[in-house]
Amino acid sequence: MSQVATVVEPAESPLTPDSWGKLGMWIFLAGDAMSFGALLAGYGALRAGSVDWPVPQEVLGIQLTAFMTFLLICSSLTMVKALAAIQQGVTKGLTRFLGLTILGGLTFLGLQAYEWTHLISEGLTLAHNPFGSYLFGTTFFLITGFHGAHVTGGVIYLTVVVLRGLKGHYSAENSNGVELVGLYWHFVDLVWILVFTFVYLI
Amino acid sequence: MVSNHQTPNYNMVFVALTILTALEIGVVFVPLSKVIVGIALILLALVKASLVALYFMHLKYEKLALGIVALSPLLICALLIVGLLPDLAGTKHQTKAETAVHLESADHAVSGITE
Repeated sequence: MSQVATVVEPAESPLTPDSWGKLGMWIFLAGDAMSFGALLAGYGALRAGSVDWPVPQEVLGIQLTAFMTFLLICSSLTMVKALAAIQQGVTKGLTRFLGLTILGGLTFLGLQAYEWTHLISEGLTLAHNPFGSYLFGTTFFLITGFHGAHVTGGVIYLTVVVLRGLKGHYSAENSNGVELVGLYWHFVDLVWILVFTFVYLI
Repeated sequence: MVSNHQTPNYNMVFVALTILTALEIGVVFVPLSKVIVGIALILLALVKASLVALYFMHLKYEKLALGIVALSPLLICALLIVGLLPDLAGTKHQTKAETAVHLESADHAVSGITE
């Protein structure tokens, strides 16, 4: 008369058969995309309603940010190379390429700090803008700051994965953790592509 | 349709992204109407974002349903923009000069009261 509680768990994730973690990461990223979407939509509404919105390129300059964009694209490339390396079982390639990815992220953050410092010294802050509508400063710092926080989080995340990689945690059969950090990192790159267009170029 | 780990040519994707970025910088300085330049820039950005999602994030090799999950924010953002449209109709924020005039008259009013 033994009653065995049988809780049947689905063996594989419905949308991502190879990993539940991947489904979780994608759902998180979809939610995160909505945060960025809300910020960009709000930005568009404020800008469309403003009569003295400055021309972004004239205030912000685009040479530096174009280079920052290129930097993130490079770091996305090293990220996929890191995943490709561990999928072939090459741990050394994994840690080396992840290290380069982290370097790209840190350089991006350094350049952003430089850019912010420069703009603040010119009088552009959250609440002040000598070149026109103060909302330009508000939205600029809010959106690039929110993205910069994501880059910072990504650098920390990547560092954890590198440390685990150095301990031999990943292998050709067990590369899911690397794929997940990759998804996050590419998403941060993808968002920057949009931020670069809407905040700097248009 | 199990995701088979074909590896796309990452280097080619990287080159495409770099070229598209260079194109974007070029488009900014094309002497056409702001609307046309803006539309071109948004299209270029969408192509770049798609390249990152499809190849770097392997969305091309995943199930269609995951792609729908990934695209759902776009739909919701589109709804948000529709919701914001009424706010844009007819409302213009004050310019700095107008704000200054308002502040000045407010100052007068205040000093009138205190005197």
